[in-house]
Formats: sequence, structure tokens, C-alpha cells
Amino acid sequence: MLNLSLKELGALLAARKISSAELTRAFLDRIEALNPALNAFITVAPEKSLEQARRADERRAAGDATPLTGIPIAHKDIFCTKGWLTTCGSKMLANFVAPYDAHVIERCADAGLVSLGKTNMDEFAMGSSNETSHFGPVKNPWDPAAVPGGSSGGSAAAVAARLAPAATGTDTGGSIRQPAALCGISGIKPTYGAVSRYGMIAFASSLDQGGPMAKSAEDLALLLNAMVGFDERDSTSLRRPPEDYARDLEAPLAGLTIGLPREYFAEGLSEDVARAVEDALAQYRRLGAKTVEVSLPNTRLSIAAYYVLAPAEASSNLSRYDGVRYGYRAPEYKDLADMYGRTRADGFGPEVKRRIMIGTYVLSHGYYDAYYLKAQKLRRLIARDFAEAFAQCDLIMGPTSPTVAFNQGEKSSDPVQMYLSDVYTIAVNLAGLPGMSIPVGFGREGRPVGLQIVGNYFSEAKMLNCAHQFQRATDWHGRMPSGIPGI
Amino acid sequence: MQWEIVVGLEVHAQLSTQSKIFSGAATAFGAAPNVQACEVDIALPGVLPVLNRGAVERAVKFGLAVGARINRRSVFARKNYFYPDLPKGYQISQFELPIVEGGEVAIEVEGSARTIRLVRAHLEEDAGKSLHEDFHGMTGIDLNRAGTPLLEIVSEPDMRGSHEAVAYAKALHALVRYLEICDGNMQEGSFRCDANVSVRRIGAPLGTRCEIKNLNSFRFLERAIEFEARRQIGILEEGGSIAQETRLYDSVKDETRSMRSKEEAHDYRYFPDPDLLPMTLDEAFIEAIRGGLPELPQAKRARFVADYGLSAYDAGVLTASRELADYFEAVVRGVPNEPKVCANWVMGDLSAALNKDDLDIARARIPASELARLIGRIQDGTVSGKIAKEVFEAMWSTGKDADALIEERGLKQISDVAALEAIVDEIMAANPGQVEQYRAGKDKLFGFFVGQAMKATKGQANPAQLNDIVRRKLTA
Repeated sequence: MLNLSLKELGALLAARKISSAELTRAFLDRIEALNPALNAFITVAPEKSLEQARRADERRAAGDATPLTGIPIAHKDIFCTKGWLTTCGSKMLANFVAPYDAHVIERCADAGLVSLGKTNMDEFAMGSSNETSHFGPVKNPWDPAAVPGGSSGGSAAAVAARLAPAATGTDTGGSIRQPAALCGISGIKPTYGAVSRYGMIAFASSLDQGGPMAKSAEDLALLLNAMVGFDERDSTSLRRPPEDYARDLEAPLAGLTIGLPREYFAEGLSEDVARAVEDALAQYRRLGAKTVEVSLPNTRLSIAAYYVLAPAEASSNLSRYDGVRYGYRAPEYKDLADMYGRTRADGFGPEVKRRIMIGTYVLSHGYYDAYYLKAQKLRRLIARDFAEAFAQCDLIMGPTSPTVAFNQGEKSSDPVQMYLSDVYTIAVNLAGLPGMSIPVGFGREGRPVGLQIVGNYFSEAKMLNCAHQFQRATDWHGRMPSGIPGI
Repeated sequence: MQWEIVVGLEVHAQLSTQSKIFSGAATAFGAAPNVQACEVDIALPGVLPVLNRGAVERAVKFGLAVGARINRRSVFARKNYFYPDLPKGYQISQFELPIVEGGEVAIEVEGSARTIRLVRAHLEEDAGKSLHEDFHGMTGIDLNRAGTPLLEIVSEPDMRGSHEAVAYAKALHALVRYLEICDGNMQEGSFRCDANVSVRRIGAPLGTRCEIKNLNSFRFLERAIEFEARRQIGILEEGGSIAQETRLYDSVKDETRSMRSKEEAHDYRYFPDPDLLPMTLDEAFIEAIRGGLPELPQAKRARFVADYGLSAYDAGVLTASRELADYFEAVVRGVPNEPKVCANWVMGDLSAALNKDDLDIARARIPASELARLIGRIQDGTVSGKIAKEVFEAMWSTGKDADALIEERGLKQISDVAALEAIVDEIMAANPGQVEQYRAGKDKLFGFFVGQAMKATKGQANPAQLNDIVRRKLTA
């Protein structure tokens, strides 16, 4: 039961073969058993989850169920959740109980999804390994020595270990796709503006985007149907007619043109990942797609642009954590400046402080033009690269991450090496495009490999179709980590 | 050689929207601390700003009224600094691309007209308040004001001295109230001035300026500029130089003192707010606002002179506020042939009564239509001008209408010739000595007879008729 798709779970619930309360209890039991080793959850509140499950069962009894009603989901601890601890992986918010629900939480609740708890993450979503969390690192279910990726590492590990059938994540530079790849699951970052950011704790506002993480593309489509929608409380939310992201899942791929960016298959890509990706592309050709080489010449500049723009926005977004109104405040201080200094010195971890420093620097008088404005120009060039590539292909594919999951501690002392692990995902955020990752095999030490699929704006349905057709023909997405107890 | 005082003003006008500029919380003044601060205003994690259309409309209205350029595309930027009453750690303002650029405001000082050019006017949010008094050894934070929409109006350094600065501030104050975009309440902080003051020898380049913060009355504005100019002149005359700095005016000591130097000035690290898309205005939006613009003070003043034959001075007084002008015109509608008389009543008895009770025109105890009726009763001879003043006072204190009071108190003027003749006859009979003296050439006694007759009629005798009758009888 714990390995079933959302559609299958929905069918069991609809047929009253199982209640939401029973299903929720089963996942809570598994979390209780396995989470101490994985550390995928920061907060679990069984009584709250079971109360939601009971309401879902009542709703079904009243004939008011959606296809997702009663299905459990785990939420990244970046989404404000009324009455739940919402920490964003930081000591700064370790005591913060949100008094309101994020739009994503509301949408999930409206669909009848049951929250299993709040998942671990890199502090304020800054990291690619989940090692920056104040609540300790998350273990990769495929290999406890490996990182799960980040920043949505807790959500990825929870789904991979079947502690939850699905989870929410957020993606600023790859934070849904990279952990999905490293944990062997599927995840999609929609077009910027598709999912409201209201209540999603900001890292870099112009790049942040929420999205679902699950075992399969089909599950992602059902979740997107619930999560996407205009929200007047987010000025960057897009007002578009609702669409059914599952509508094209079964369409054949014959005639599809897949663009392969030359720059994504170049130096820096490890052999094991390259092999698995090549195999996946061969599978696509067998499904009737054709592949063409395209170029994204400014790819190499995307990391530099990103590490100017994201910290700039973050340095300002994180100014509200000042110890005045909520969250952590240093226990002792001499005066106001000292209170700010100690609160922020103690409350933030080293990676967050590094980015606040970078961001403050690049926005400073005399440096703004050289860094911030220049990076904005690069951002436009990067978006133009994609526009030109999409003139020649329907979708772009390549590796999600240059390597399989690296070891815990391997890169945590070398921020630049850590940043480079997001080389293929960052440009997609800078351009505001939708991107996803699906599992396509295994590399070194049996660690999962992810294939990244990038579409043009609003082409999520096509991307999901493409991923689903692959998953119908292969079983990588159904594989379970062998190192943890089975089901 | 003479010193010249150069002043530029930054005025923060609180826009009269019901809700805040980026949240739905109410903006009303005087609520208990923090009850009007919603999740957006207190900057909870995850909240986002949504622009209030009403604030944009008011800014555009202002821009059109001063003949400024309305930028079809403007950008909200974050001004970053830490302060406990600034919940987000940044203020959302406009920096490189404000909504309004240019424009000018006409002023008049000691009879001569001047034009003050504007640099820009931009939208921004207000901060909260720090309360230092009520908490022992601690500071209270009230975020009710946080997020209140402000229009910051920045002038060129076009004013020469405190009188021009005050005249400009008053003109701006009248304008925003005419436009109904700001209630202008200075005590509540709805209209606040910062003054940039420098001095120079006439003809010399601009001197180094000091910015004086938070001047919340015209009098403080005037005194702060005068003090600051004296201070700067004193330093320069002793061979010193002015340090650019921000200063605070202390109204109790009537002096300015240093708040922070240029070196201590913040680096605000402005950048475009990624939570708000650039604001684009279409022509239809702007034209709709243009179509709804009221008549502006200058145009109204000119029309009052041309249409009502008022002096420039009277027209200026009556158009000082839109409400006063509207009141005056409502009176004139009731007695269209006597605008000058109406002006005298409004500027005289009515203004005095308002002043005495410390009321503004909106709360006048006599509606314009009733004042018009009273003036009409003078015209139709029902009461004399003198009695009318008595009726006015009674109307003011009782709230009754003119006719009722005239009737009730028997104040109707006596214009019946026979009745007046009888009264004059009686007085002459009772004062034969005075009659004789008058007839012997003591002309001054004429007043005595009129006075006696007025006394006998409790002032209700028609004065013109009474004069005629007395003269006729005495010379008979």
C-alpha cells in the first residue's frame, strides 16, 4: 500500500477499501519507525494529521471528495502552516508557529490532502545537500553515507523512503529537481508564477517557485492540478485559465523533438550520469522522439549570475529576522545594535550568513552596477538562449545534476564546489521556465541518476506527458531503496 | 554682502485610502496599538505585498494637478535598513523610476507670485512608531501606521527663506486637500515636512545643505529654517564650513541639532522589489483620473475675481480650502446678486464664529443655505444689517433657522411709516428742549432722535426710513 501511486490510493479510498485515517496511520507508523535514521521530518504531529484524515473521510462520506481527498502528503517546512511549527530549517524560526496557511497549504487542504508533517530542508532553502539545516542533515535513503540533495532534501528522502506518497518542495536554483534526482524520485518546478508564493518563506523572490515531488509524473500531474492557481495575494502569480495537467499524459511521443544542450554534456559531467542519461535518451528515441543538438551558450555564466541575484534578494528578504517580533532573539545584549548583531549571528547558520554577506555586498553603493545590474543583464541573455533553443525543439533534456549523490561532508567545506552541483538547474530558474527531474537509472555505488526535462513557459502538461510515457516504458521510478526496511 | 537662504522641501503626504498601500489593514488614526497591523504589516515569514490601486490613483491625481509627467512605467524599490519599527527591514519605496516627475506649484509671498518646481513625487509605505515613554527601560512598537501609503513630494531648492518655504508648504497642503488625496492633518502626521536648508552669498553657487527632519507644523517649519539659517550663517561668518548632515528640530528649545553626519548616512542598498512587478499605467486609467480632477485653487481664485467681482485678497482667503470655497459658493447661490456681501459674511461673522469654537468649515453650525436666507432677509428689508448679526449669533448658538428666530424674537424690522412717525412724534413731544436746540442749529442732536427711536423699537426700525422721518419732522 505504501508504494502505490496517488491514482491507486485514490481508487482504494473511493472504493472504501481503506479509510484516510488508516492510510495516514500507516504512513505515520512508518515515519515513526524510519525517520530517526533518515531525519527527513522536522515536525510530525500525528493527532493533527489524523484529525485531517478524519475530516477527509467525512468529506468523502458527504460525497464531496476530489481525486486527492484523504491522500497524505508531507510539506516542506518552508510553507507556513497554521498552528504548526514552521522553521524553514533555521534556529531563527525554531520556535515559530505560523498563524496562517500558505496558499499551497490551503490548496492542498482544499483538495483534501492530509498533512503528514513538515520536512527537513537546508536552512532558508540555501544549500544543495540538506547539510545546512539547523535540525541536522537528512540521510539519502539509497545510501546513508550520501546526501539527499537540497534544499528540499527532507521531502525527497521522505518520498524515496516511502514515508509519504508525495511531498511539496520549493525550487530557487534546483531545490526540487536536484534532490529528486539524487533520491530517485520525480519532481517538477512549474513556470515561475504558476504556484503562489504567498506563505512560502522567501529566499530569492524572483526565482522561488513551489512544486510537487512524488514517485511518478502521473502523481505530479494530479498534485499540480491542486497546487497551481491564481492568488491575488501574490503580485507575481499568473492569472490563467485552470488546466488539467493530466490531460496529455497518454499522448504518444512520435514526432517530439528533444533538444540536447551541447553545454550540458560537456566537461564536468560524470561518466556514470552521462551513461544513464544516454540510455534514457535512447529510450525516448525508441518511443518515437527525435533528438537534436541545441546550444545554451551562457550556461556557464548562470552560476555567477545566480550567486549575485539570489543572495542580493535573500539579504533583503531575511532582514525581517531581527529578533523584534517573532523567532529567535539573543538572550543577552547591550543595546539595539547589539541585539540585532547577536540575534542574527546566533540565529543564522554559516551558509545563510555567507549569502547575506554576498548579497549585502553586491547591492552596496558603488558595486550595484558591476554586480547586480550586470547579473540582471546575464539573466536576460540566459532567457534568450532558451528562447532560441525552443525554436528548434519541443523540450530540452539533459542531466539534472553532474554527479550522483555525493557523500555527507564531502562538499560542505567548499561552497564553490557545492554551488557547481546546481550548474544544470540554475539557468531554468533564471529564465523562469518549468523544469522537472525523473529517475532514469543508477550510477556510482548504486546511487540514482535524474534526467532533467525543461519545457517552454506553461508547457508542464507536455513535460509530464513526456515523463509519463518514459515511466510507462521503464520501471526506474518504481524502484525502492534497498538499504531500508521494505514494505 | 547679503546672505541668501535656500530651501527645498520633502513633504510626506499620507494618502487618504481606507486600507494600506500593500495590505488590506485599515489606516484609520488612533486605534489601539497593533490592532491595525495584519500579517503583511508585521512582516511575518512568507507574506507578500499587493499594491493598493487607490494609492496609485491619488498619486496620479497629484501629478496631473501640478502639471507633472506621469510615468507610464514606474518601479517599486526596497530601501534597506534596520529599525524596530520597520518590520521587513526594508521600506518599499520608489527610487529610480518614480510615478510622478517634474511639475510645479505656484505660490504668492507678500503680493508677488513665484513658481516652485518639483523634482518628483513617489509612492512609498510609512513605518510604524516606536514608543519610548510608556515602557520602563524598554521600547514599545506600534505597527498600526506601518504600511500607510505616503506620497513623498520633493521640490527643487527653489525657495528663498522661511516665508517662501511656508507659502509653498501651505499651497501644497491646500492642493492635496483640494484633490482629496490627503486629509492634511498635521497633528496626526498626515502631512510632514523635511527641509533642506543651505545659505550662500547672492549669486554664489549653492552651499552645503543640512536636512531638518519631521517638521509637523508650519510654524515649526518656519522657525526651524530660521534657526538653521542663522546657525549656518554664524559658522560661515566665523570662517567655518558647513558639514552636510541630518538635523532634528527641537520645538521646545527652538533649535536644530545634529542627528547623523553624511559619513554615518545609511547605504540603503536600493534595488527593485522582486515581489512587485513594474507598475504600468495605461492612458485610459490616467484620462479617467484627469476627467475627475476638481477645479484647482489658482483657477478657482481667478474665477472668483472674474465672476464675483471679489478682490484678489478676498478670493485668496475664500479659496484657501475647497470646503470654504464650496460654502461661499453655496451662499452665493442663495443670494446671487450680492456676492461681495456673501463674501463679507463668510470671511467675517462666519469665520469669527468658527475660530471662536475652534471648528473647521465642514462643521459650521449654520448651513450655507441658511446664511443665504439670512442675507436675503436683509435685502428684502425684513431685518436690518445690525439685527441680522444678532440673528446670526442666535442661529449659531441655537441651530434654529433665520425666519423662525426673527419671528420668535419679534425682530422684524419696522418699515411702517405711520408707526414710525407716531414713535418720532412721541419722542419729540417728550424732549422739547432738544427739538429747540436742534432747530437752533445743533445738528449733532439728529443722532439723539434716531437713537431714541431705535431704542423705542428695540433696534427694529428700518434705519433709512427712520432717518427720513426724523429729518422731515425736525425741519418741519
